Amino acid sequence: MNYSDFMHMQPEFVLVLGLIIVFFADFFAHRNADSKKSLWLLTSLMLMATIPSCLIHNEPTTAFGGIYVTSPAINVMKAILAFGTLIVVIMSNSWAATRQRIAGEFYMLILSTLLGMFVMMSSGSFLLFFLGLEMASVPLACMVAFDRDRKESAEGAAKYILVATFSSGVMLFGISFIYAATGTLYFEDVCAAVSDSPLCIMGLVFFFSGLGFKISLVPFHFWTADTYQGAPTPVTGYLSVISKGAAAITLCTILMKAFGPMVEYWDYLLYIVIVLSITIANLFAIRQSELKRFMAFSSISQAGYIMLAVVGNGELGVAALTYYVLVYIVANMAVFTVINVVEQNNGGRTDMAAYNGFYQTNPKLSFLMTLALFSLAGIPPFAGMFSKFFVFMAGVQNGEPMAYGVVFIALVNTVVSLYYYLLIVKAMYITKTDAPLPTFESDGNTKIALAICTAGIALFGVASCVYEWIAAAGI
Amino acid sequence: MIPVECYFALSALLFFIGVYGFTTRRNLIAMLISVELVLNAVDINFAAINRLLYPNGMEGMFMTLFVIGVAAAESAVAIAIIINVYRKFKSDSVEAIQNMKR
Repeated sequence: MNYSDFMHMQPEFVLVLGLIIVFFADFFAHRNADSKKSLWLLTSLMLMATIPSCLIHNEPTTAFGGIYVTSPAINVMKAILAFGTLIVVIMSNSWAATRQRIAGEFYMLILSTLLGMFVMMSSGSFLLFFLGLEMASVPLACMVAFDRDRKESAEGAAKYILVATFSSGVMLFGISFIYAATGTLYFEDVCAAVSDSPLCIMGLVFFFSGLGFKISLVPFHFWTADTYQGAPTPVTGYLSVISKGAAAITLCTILMKAFGPMVEYWDYLLYIVIVLSITIANLFAIRQSELKRFMAFSSISQAGYIMLAVVGNGELGVAALTYYVLVYIVANMAVFTVINVVEQNNGGRTDMAAYNGFYQTNPKLSFLMTLALFSLAGIPPFAGMFSKFFVFMAGVQNGEPMAYGVVFIALVNTVVSLYYYLLIVKAMYITKTDAPLPTFESDGNTKIALAICTAGIALFGVASCVYEWIAAAGI
Repeated sequence: MIPVECYFALSALLFFIGVYGFTTRRNLIAMLISVELVLNAVDINFAAINRLLYPNGMEGMFMTLFVIGVAAAESAVAIAIIINVYRKFKSDSVEAIQNMKR
């Protein structure tokens, strides 16, 4: 066996190393409360080391006989997801500090889900893809259940793990039909042997619905709201950006690499699912009064926008998707950082009424929240507008009349989404209340996370080098 | 030799029994059992396809082995979570865990 193949797996390698280091640090800090406090710093350092290790290796390679594939585009996505996880780890400290005794386990779980996502993203065969997916979703279920003292956490976790297992069963059933039709599990060989026989189409539909559960696209979204509301706030943030981004890029690469010849079939699937996701999630988001539940529906509609990049199997797709995920990470994590810090200062409640008159008492936080919401809605000059623009451009690049229709519906829905994002802004600035949340000073970690996110929101759009860097890797 | 269609019929039957159970059962453990049925249908499919259609490779068998292993890990976590639910709600029925706002 050729052990040098391991050299192509630097990101995974660094992450495993980080996992072991955090494990031992947590183990030896067992009785020492002070050293437990700096575990988040150790985890952040490990994630910071992961980012360059993703970018060192810059040509497409395959390892282990083609089961592990990596390309510059995948590496850039890995770096972006590690960056997003870094923000989650930094902002999660104000929550984890109240659970000092078990916080180390949280950091280990978060690193191991990220490892699973890395494996999933660079899989070259359905076997490794399945393993990566499970490595990502099983620890995530533990993270959702992490608040053992809260009823909602247990409830959300039960729903998450049952739906995750069921959806992987459905997906595997689809993969078995693909295997029956083509005789192989490797994406390249599947691509060469796949045809538009009923068996392949059935396999494609089952496979797509299995991954649709993970990205929470609309016919498969029923678990999302409850799980997002029940999970601890940093975990909700992680679920809504990192896990969704990883699943989206994987679906994109598999549709392109393995099901490329069947593009006319999965394009119709995508049209239906995108229109449903964006429209239905927007309508449901309007009537939510619980902020995490509201963000759940917002993230379902954002998933619809992300999938718009995949339509048409075009060249722009991967770059537009990656850029969208990057911008979505900074904007959504800014919102979740604010939700987290407000939750800590509001006795663990996250209803929207807490934000009435928020501007009077905490002007800085409400200003940053407003910027993030504007970016999510796509108001120029924030990054969200540019990411939506590139996704729409990728959607219509092949000039299909149907794709123009879908993009038009997405465009109309941007206005709807602006309305409900502005509901929060209105609550913070305009709604009068006798007892707004008292003024509080947010901790250092929250400030760092918000600074990173706000810089991203402001700069990723206007600094064109960011998109050019991603697009150069995407080719 | 038993034709491959019979295996397909068996696994499709198991799969849809699992899906039916998952959607109609009101008990978390019963739902977990239904999910296991779905995964077993997948195992039968992979093993039969490998043996009868593509006997030269071993990919299907490996997939079966991995699915069995991962399914065990998943049910371990799921049962741990269900036990936690039972402690909190004193019940393992689906109706008991419908407390969040809609």
